[in-house]
Order: sequence, then C-alpha cells, then structure tokens
Amino acid sequence: MLQDIFFTGLINSGIYALLALGFSLIFGVARIVNISHTAFYMVAAYMVYVLGHMLGLPFWLAILVAVLAVTALGVLAYKLVIEPIREHDTAVLIGTIALAAIFQELMIIFFGGHYLSIPALVSGYTEVAGVRITNQRLLTLAIVGVTLIGIWLLLTRSRLGLAIRVTAGDREVANLMGMNVGGIAMWTMGISVGLAAIAGVMVAPLFVVDPLMWLDPLIIVLAIVVLGGLGSLKGSVIGALIIGYVETMTVFLVPAGSFLKAAVALSIMVLVLAIRPEGLFGVAFEEER
Amino acid sequence: MVVRTMRRGWTLLRTEVLVLPSRIVVLVFAVGLLVLPLFTTDPYLLRILIMASIFATFAASWDFLAGYSGQVNFGHALFFGTAAYSSALINVNLGISPLLSIPIGALLAGVVGVLVGVLCLRLRGPYLSLTTLVLPIIVVSVFFAIPDITGGELGIRRVETITRDRVANYYIAVCMMLVLCFFLWKLGNSRFGLILHAIREDQVAVRAAGLNTSRYKIMAFGISAVVAGLVGGFYGHFVRSVGPAVLAVQLSFEAVIFGIVGGIVSIVGPVAAVFILYPLTELLADFPAFQEFRLLAFALIVLLVLLFMPRGFVPWVRDRIEQVCPSCKNRNTRGRKRCRVCQTDLSD
Repeated sequence: MLQDIFFTGLINSGIYALLALGFSLIFGVARIVNISHTAFYMVAAYMVYVLGHMLGLPFWLAILVAVLAVTALGVLAYKLVIEPIREHDTAVLIGTIALAAIFQELMIIFFGGHYLSIPALVSGYTEVAGVRITNQRLLTLAIVGVTLIGIWLLLTRSRLGLAIRVTAGDREVANLMGMNVGGIAMWTMGISVGLAAIAGVMVAPLFVVDPLMWLDPLIIVLAIVVLGGLGSLKGSVIGALIIGYVETMTVFLVPAGSFLKAAVALSIMVLVLAIRPEGLFGVAFEEER
Repeated sequence: MVVRTMRRGWTLLRTEVLVLPSRIVVLVFAVGLLVLPLFTTDPYLLRILIMASIFATFAASWDFLAGYSGQVNFGHALFFGTAAYSSALINVNLGISPLLSIPIGALLAGVVGVLVGVLCLRLRGPYLSLTTLVLPIIVVSVFFAIPDITGGELGIRRVETITRDRVANYYIAVCMMLVLCFFLWKLGNSRFGLILHAIREDQVAVRAAGLNTSRYKIMAFGISAVVAGLVGGFYGHFVRSVGPAVLAVQLSFEAVIFGIVGGIVSIVGPVAAVFILYPLTELLADFPAFQEFRLLAFALIVLLVLLFMPRGFVPWVRDRIEQVCPSCKNRNTRGRKRCRVCQTDLSD
C-alpha cells in the first residue's frame, strides 16, 4: 500500500511537474495565462495514437515526431493567435480558451468522442521494493526525470536559459538591456509546449486518450502553479509533488476517494492561498499590504 | 398628474435616450423583445430567447464583478449553480413554490458570493481568477460524493415550473433580464460604480482617499452573486432539472467569453454578445451538417472577433458611431459640432 502510494504519487507528480513547469515558464516570461496549455498535451497524445497505432511507425519515432510537431504547432499558435492580442490580458485568456476548444472539437470530428487506448511501449513489469510496477510506468518515470534535469540544465547553464530567467525576473529591464523580449517569449512558448507534449506522449499509453482529457489536468495544473507561486519554477515542482501526492493518497485512503481527489487537492490550494496569497514561492506584490 | 408623468417620461426619453444611437439601439431591442410574442409564439424561438435572456443576465452579472471591480472571477457558475441547486432542492424536498424558492436560492448564492469575496480579498490578478475557477469544481466533486442528496451525475429531476405557459415564461425571463441588467447598468454608473472603477484602476489610491475598499469589493461580489443566482434559480425551474452542468467549468468560461467578446465594463456588451452568438449557434445547429461544428464555429467566431476587436464588440461599434466629449466625458453622436451637455466644440 505504502509503496503503491509512493510510486503512483511519483508518476502523477512527475507528469504534473512537466505540465506545470511549462505553464509557469510562459507565464513568467510573457505574462500569458495559456489555458490551451493542456490542449497541446492532448494533441500530442492523439499524434502518438495516429503515428504509432494507425500508421504503424516505431513508437520511439512516433513520440519524437509528435513532440516536435506539437512544439511547432505551439509556436505557430503563439504567432497567429496570442501575439496579436498580447496587450490585452483578458483577450489572451479567452483566445487560449477558444484555441483549446478548437483543438477539442477537431479531435472529436476526426476521431469521435470515445476513448482510445494505446498499447504500452514496453511490456512486462519489474518488482521494486515489493510492488510490481509495469515497465511502462518505470519508463515514464525515467523520461520525466531526464526531462526535468534537462530543463533545469537548460535554464541554469545556457545563454537561452539565462535570457529566459532574466526576462521572467524583470521584462522591462531586460528589454532596456537590448534583449529581444518577443523572441525570447517565442522560444519559451516552444519549450513550454514541448514540455506539455512530452507529458502528453508519456500519459497516452498509461491512461486513455479522449477529446476531453485536457480539462482535468488543466484544473490541476492551474492549482499547482497558483499553489507554488505563479512564475516560480521551484514552486511549480514542489506544488506538483504536493498536489500529486495528495491526489494519490485521497484515492488510496479515502472512501469514494476518486470522486473527491480533485476536491481535496483543490481545497489544499485554496487553503494555502488563504494564508499565503502569493503562493508558496511566489513574489509578493509590493504595492499592497 | 398622469399627463405630467408622461411629459416627464418623454423629456427623459428625448434628452437621455434618443440623443445617442447606442441607447436607441438598446431601446429598440428591449421594446422588440417585449412585443415579439404578438407576432410569433413559436415555442422553439421563444425557448432560444428565454435561454439567451438567462445567459445574458448571467454574463452581465459577471461583467459587473469582473469588469467594474476588476475581480476577474473565473468560477461564476458557482453562484448560478448554488442558486439552481438550492432552489430546486427546496422546491422538490419541501414543496415550496418556485416563486419563493428562487429568491431563497438567490439569497444563498449571495451569501456564498460574500464568502468568496472575503476569501478573495487578499488575492490579486491571476491568483484570484484561478482560485475562483477551482471553487465550483470542489463543490461538484463533493456533490458527486453525496448522490443521495444531490442526485450525483443525474442531478435533481422533476423540478416544478413557475408556469407551463411558454409565453408567460418568456415574459418572466425577458423582464427579469431587462430589469436586472438595467439595475446593474444604473449601479455601474452610480457613485458605487465609480468607486468600483477606481478600485480596479488603483486600489491603494482609493484606500488613501479614506474608502473601505474591502467593503466595496465584497459588496460587488454579493450583488453579482445575487443577480446570477436569480437567473440560476429560474433556469433550474424552466429546464425542470438541475445537474452538474450548472456548476461546470464550461458555464463559467461562457460568462467570461460572452463578457469579453461583447466588451467588458459596459453591461450592454455581454448582453449583446449573448443575443448575437447564442441564437446563431443554436440556428446553425439546426443544419445537420453544422451539428458537430457548432462549438468549433463558436470558438472560431470568438477568436476572429478578438483578433479584430480586442476590446470587444460593443466598444468597437460604439467608437465608430459615437465620440466622447474631451471636456465633460459625456458621449455624443459622432459628427456633432458641439457637445450635447457642455457645448464644447467637437469639430476637430
């Protein structure tokens, strides 16, 4: 039981961390609340289904193509839809909601509204600490870990990462120092959507794929980034761990837990915000209080 | 006496309504809705207009909260749903007439609104939006966990209607919308509304001016919640069943979408957006070929409107037919030589 909770929680948290990091990055750099973030995750899952299952490409190739294609799609969406209305915060919100709805409807038109399942990439299971874990889940865990380390290295060790962190810290000063803030926002959008796509291709074989699969993770991701502090990368990862484990524990320990998992996770977020309005690691608004 | 009241009414109409094309449009729209049943009583058309009236009031109440006071609520369905559920529960379990249960539901929604307002006092910007987004979801999942009371996924069935007559329902819905939206619009232009505007623009300055900003922000939440609750309760009794859809994220987003597409801080904007978009998507759904493209078409329309009119539809139109007097800030018909209020030269 305990080990089950540990591993399931770790996988859930890892997936959430990938999604929340991307969401937080683009919010920090460009102040864009991208509601369509998890819609890209859904599109990536569908692409794996089409490329791997329907066209019969080898799965590693399908995954690679899906991630790259969805990243390109994200940058395209940024250029066509988000950039022209970036000055209007509320318009961006609605624009991205509309974008997510468009993706959802396109998936319904092409694939129907029913559940699709994708066979596991690797079969079999491994016994770890007394519980059986399918190799698929171990693979997911490994890829999530590698991606998180990779994004950490990118942000701390590369010039692009430095540029992203500087822009997130103070966009106006970055602009005054002659940095191409618009270009950095585009790069960040690419990275952000790329992370969502990786999460999408990893969950596709674990769960089922359906046109509404973006809605539940979206709510949880919003809760995580708000809990951790908007724009804070450390906060996103820690928030993902908290929410991921709370959800898992609710499912395992509370009767009727699968109904209540969202309620418990979200209540914790509301509670934290009632005490710390800027989230765990967010920056306080200095002009108030 | 009667003559004097009529004369005063005519003067008011002439000096306040007929001078501005946008107000003439609103007047024509209101009168048109009221006389429509004289020409057609097609139940399908009336149903569309009843639903449009409900959503228009709902979106307008969102605008009052998000637009005027700047507290961009992403979970407005919470108030709609609270009232719908509680009114239906009272009606089904205690047998209380809808005429009483709807106001009770709306009051409960108001209480919830005040509580949410208190919770949100310290939250700002996106934090507030995302916290409010989450609240109805928490309520829905609790409702799913206690299906004995709330009916779980199926919701509450066999809710009583106020009246079975479609035309009577139509008049209730339309009058409710006209009265409530006029009330919100008047309130938005009153001293109270002015303070809300100021809080949205600079809360610290308002506090420095000695006003209790917390009280105004909470009141905005409460008023908006009561209005949303009134139509929410009516919705439950009109549709005759209340399910989790009245608390869904989609419903909350609809208020935001209609509000922003129509243009916030106007009350008229969301109403116009609903009355244009809602019947349009319903009529499109009549063509079998369009059935599955309905939401897609809706999303594309929203996206296009935003790309060309980022501030919304109503402000865009209004800027083309009217202008603001630079000296007294009153609106004038475009092309006027002098301001209708302060006679400032407008010709440049």
